[in-house]
Amino acid sequence: MCGIAGLFLKNRALEPELGALTAAMLTVLTDRGPDSAGFAIYGTATSGAQKLTLRGPQNFDFEALAAAMDVTCTIHDDHAVFIVPDNRETEIRAKLAAHKELAIVAYGRSMELYKGVGLPEAVSARFGLAKMSGSHAIGHTRMATESAVTTQGAHPFSTGPDQCLVHNGSLSNHNDVRRKLIREHISFETQNDTEVAAGFLSWKLREGARLNEALTSALDSLDGFYTFVVGTETGFGVLRDPVACKPAVMAETDDYVAFGSEYRALVDLPGISKAHLFEPEPAKVYFWERAA
Amino acid sequence: MKTALKPVAAEPVLFDLASAALRELNSTLQALPANTNETAWGIKNPRGGHAIAVGITAPIEVSIEGHVGYYCAGMNDGARITITGNAGPGVAENMMSGLVHVLGDASQAAGATAHGGLLVIEGNASARCGISMKGIDIVVKGSVGHMSAFMAQSGNLVICGDAGEALGDSLYEAKIFVQGTAASLGADCEEKPMTEEAQAILAGLLKQAGSDAPPENFKLYGSARTLYQFHVDNAGAY
Repeated sequence: MCGIAGLFLKNRALEPELGALTAAMLTVLTDRGPDSAGFAIYGTATSGAQKLTLRGPQNFDFEALAAAMDVTCTIHDDHAVFIVPDNRETEIRAKLAAHKELAIVAYGRSMELYKGVGLPEAVSARFGLAKMSGSHAIGHTRMATESAVTTQGAHPFSTGPDQCLVHNGSLSNHNDVRRKLIREHISFETQNDTEVAAGFLSWKLREGARLNEALTSALDSLDGFYTFVVGTETGFGVLRDPVACKPAVMAETDDYVAFGSEYRALVDLPGISKAHLFEPEPAKVYFWERAA
Repeated sequence: MKTALKPVAAEPVLFDLASAALRELNSTLQALPANTNETAWGIKNPRGGHAIAVGITAPIEVSIEGHVGYYCAGMNDGARITITGNAGPGVAENMMSGLVHVLGDASQAAGATAHGGLLVIEGNASARCGISMKGIDIVVKGSVGHMSAFMAQSGNLVICGDAGEALGDSLYEAKIFVQGTAASLGADCEEKPMTEEAQAILAGLLKQAGSDAPPENFKLYGSARTLYQFHVDNAGAY
């Protein structure tokens, strides 16, 4: 069991509330996944710059590091987001590589990614999710099955720029797919099955596929149980395996598209009583995109 | 035959799940004696909660105003339960008798393993509707998802729309009526000639469910009985 919450806003007036709405959805899904939680949120992009989400040991002095590198940074507990100008990305990455205690969790124009062990409400609070704004967010509450309860094993996984994936289920051919992807120079941080699904989509996107095309090819290449919710800089996709063991409910209004493992997670969204509620069909790619 | 879906008559006892605990609701309903005077109940703010109105044994009327989560009306034995919204997985699972009426859609495994009673779904039901049903009658006015009536043993599944893949896989003696088309039939499920007896069962269920679908439009599916009968050619496998 695991819990997934996703919210893709169509109405920009709701953007300041994105974090608070997502945090509330994740808290409801605590009993589906009390081991760890995480979320990716697509906020404001800085022109000509990348966001690097870093994770370090507790009390790591990100501020001093950012000052030494002459980049701006915002700190969220043991995570920090560095805004790195495009022309300095290689230099900054090289400097960061010297800090073995730091992990680059995610990078991209607008996506920030936070995850940690503990109850979803505590994880959201630690990172200040409720105060964050953005265009879309994807969160996950994990009940671990395929790998250990660690921050690394928490979802979402990100294996490409502005790309994230969360997963409810378990894949049975992830070792085989991982080996193939490594030959395609996709790198992996963990032995987790979900990271392989993320890597598979990153590979397809790198080869020029659109998100919906990448999801369609996942149906042929990934074996096992899955409900995936994925995000890109401008897109939001949902895919369930053909057997559809893992639950999924969606709500769509003029203002948003929302995903919940159960309707309970959607119940406090604005205008939910008038939303179009539906269960995404097995083996069918659902995909929404907004103008960048 | 009268329609089963008459409206709630008496003034209902209201129960608000926004301010009271689910366990209090269920233990109250489960403790009602068969001759209770409190025959009508209204439940507000279900908010997708799990196991609402389960295990009722008194012949009461219960109206749940909104969407419910897993296993609503499970093990129902004699109550008439209406859900005005959608139902999550396993609605009316293991029902023994009575009526469960879903005005919206139902998720997976609606009516799973149920022994009796009538489940009416006004919208669609998703995968595995009527899985391992053991005597319940189910009328779905929309369509059902894949693997519906998987290992269904007895009872009737009426589908006014279409059925997903592998309908009636490993079927025993349940009858499946489909007005639309089945995407595919599961192992050992086959189309059967519509007998007068079967058509009378279908007509009765459609009437009870308040459906005006013409019974003559439906096809009947049943078990080819090759999987669950011992065949002497397989003796060496034991």
